[in-house]
Amino acid sequence: MAIPLGYIARNLLARRLTTALTAGGMALVVYVFASVLMLAAGLRQTLVSTGQDDNVVVIRRGSQTEVQSGIDRSQTGIIESLPDIAVAADGMRLVSKEPVVLISLPKRATGKPANVVIRGVTAASLDLRPQVRLVEGRMFRPGTSEVVVGRSIATGFRGTDLGETLRFASRDWTIVGVFDAGHTGFDSEIWGDAEQMLQAFRRPVFSSVIFRLADPDRFDAVKATLENDPRLTLEVKRERQFYADQSQALAKFISTLGTGISIIFSIGAVIGAAITMYASVASRTAEIGTLRALGFSRGAILLAFLIEALLLGLIGGIAGLVGASAMQALTISTTNFQTFAEIAFSFTLTPGIVVASLAFALAMGFIGGFLPAARAARMKIVDALRAA
Amino acid sequence: MSAAAQPAPAAEGRQPLVAIHGLSKYYVRGDQVIPVLVDLDLDVYAGEYVALMGPSGSGKSTLLNLIAGIDKPSSGEIRVTGVDIAALSDSELALWRSMHVGFIFQFYNLMPVLTAFGNVELPLQLTTLSRAERRERVATALELVGLTDRATHLPNELSGGQQQRVAIARALITDPTLIVADEPTGDLDRVTAQEILGLLARLNDELGKTIIMVTHDPKAAETAHRLIHLEKGVLVG
Ligand SMILES: Nc1ncnc2c1ncn2[C@@H]1O[C@H](COP(=O)(O)OP(=O)(O)OP(=O)(O)O)[C@@H](O)[C@H]1O
Ligand SMILES: [Mg+2]
Repeated sequence: MAIPLGYIARNLLARRLTTALTAGGMALVVYVFASVLMLAAGLRQTLVSTGQDDNVVVIRRGSQTEVQSGIDRSQTGIIESLPDIAVAADGMRLVSKEPVVLISLPKRATGKPANVVIRGVTAASLDLRPQVRLVEGRMFRPGTSEVVVGRSIATGFRGTDLGETLRFASRDWTIVGVFDAGHTGFDSEIWGDAEQMLQAFRRPVFSSVIFRLADPDRFDAVKATLENDPRLTLEVKRERQFYADQSQALAKFISTLGTGISIIFSIGAVIGAAITMYASVASRTAEIGTLRALGFSRGAILLAFLIEALLLGLIGGIAGLVGASAMQALTISTTNFQTFAEIAFSFTLTPGIVVASLAFALAMGFIGGFLPAARAARMKIVDALRAA
Repeated sequence: MSAAAQPAPAAEGRQPLVAIHGLSKYYVRGDQVIPVLVDLDLDVYAGEYVALMGPSGSGKSTLLNLIAGIDKPSSGEIRVTGVDIAALSDSELALWRSMHVGFIFQFYNLMPVLTAFGNVELPLQLTTLSRAERRERVATALELVGLTDRATHLPNELSGGQQQRVAIARALITDPTLIVADEPTGDLDRVTAQEILGLLARLNDELGKTIIMVTHDPKAAETAHRLIHLEKGVLVG
């Protein structure tokens, strides 16, 4: 009982240039909107995938990050004696006490300094992070001033090539390897021997203790044991949750700012759509009168012009998404203000973002098209026919 | 064969198809009332072919629009097939038009983005006919107006006469009770106009369609069976 879709779509095609320009305006807005959400999603995904499900991170109570945390040897000893810690095939207990500090390095592109995470690691560290693989050079030798750097460090910062030396904590550290951490947060870290780091930085305490649970279901029990022990002042989190929490503030900041900007931009696009649709109604006044005379109702006319506006939005939405999806090739590196450390991540297009972007585009079309469509539907038939 | 200026064939016992009683239409502009149609009575019987003539501004189009149900009277009654169409709501009237009225306009009023086929098919979108049934009907209508070979042409690829034939096919396609035509030859040259008038006469003769046609052209009016004159909103003669 409605005006055929073919008629509606052909009217858009008949005004190719206007349609393209209007949809182009909406495409730009959708492009910005989708890109920003992709950025937030990329950050979230990078940090969430940094954590392993059965790994547990222990830090000092009240400290949000490893850098702020400090756990002395009496407390780490109690953690290490937990019976719930998994044991590797070679008999090694999968627990690692790690110092984490920030140093400043110049960015490769700009030369501007940015904070980089230095992590002191132990024999168990690599077993605890199976996603980390050495891709160049070799692992550092324990007990030496050698370090290995994550892939994003090697590509993003000056002086981090294999064989170069980095100066920090009054020592020269030789880079002997580059590791790939599978697009997780560890890609933005530098790893060296934990005891060497403690000495060089003159720190008496570790930052965190990481261990694998022999039985992942025992997490709540282990958490209760550690957090209720009067000798300890610790906070226990699943590693996945720990890193996910670190992405919250920045991801939220990015998506809120981006959505706000997109909404302001979208006002322009909506006005553009409204102008286009008003022109479409005005140039087809006699057609509207004819359709009404033939028996199409006011509702059918309203719907036809709304669908036309929605199609316009859909074209813009798809074009914007295609543009934004090209952004996936890009990796962004920025400071996570929750940890104060540099983190590298990519634009990530998720199904949720596709749906949100198309909904945004359709909403722009709907809002821009509503008043013109209402005008078309309100016309008196005889007046509309006289416009021929 | 002209039967101009004759009274309606008073076939006793037969109900008129269109029965107009005490019809008035006026426009109000400021404190000024502009009467267009004044207390008008008219009966049109099924199968008639009526030509409506009169000077410009006499209210011909207004009367035709009221009969076709695209305008509302200020007062009075218009019954078509017994239905008081002035009393119908907007949406009831739309449905009524889609079933009972075929429109032919001076400037054809085809949808520029639809082919001849698509234009003729348009009124059938309001029916429950299947795609195959629609296609069959459109093919028959296009054949009747002699445009089978132009089915895929857009209006701007057709001459004025051809466009008006498409419009006639569109007016026929739902098999309406009544066909209204407002100066259907007003935009055509004499030869083409004759062809269109011939087609309308055939619709009336062969298909028994009731036609009410507004025209300025006395030659065109001759093809009708009955002539009505309108002057300053009143029927004369
Ligand atoms: N919306 C309107 N407001 C005011 N007056 C109107 C309106 N529509 C029509 N009229 C007046 O009604 C009168 C009759 O108009 P109508 O179009 O019916 O004339 P017509 O006989 O069809 O003339 P023509 O032969 O020129 O087509 C005219 O005087 C016109 O100015
Ligand atoms: Mg007129």
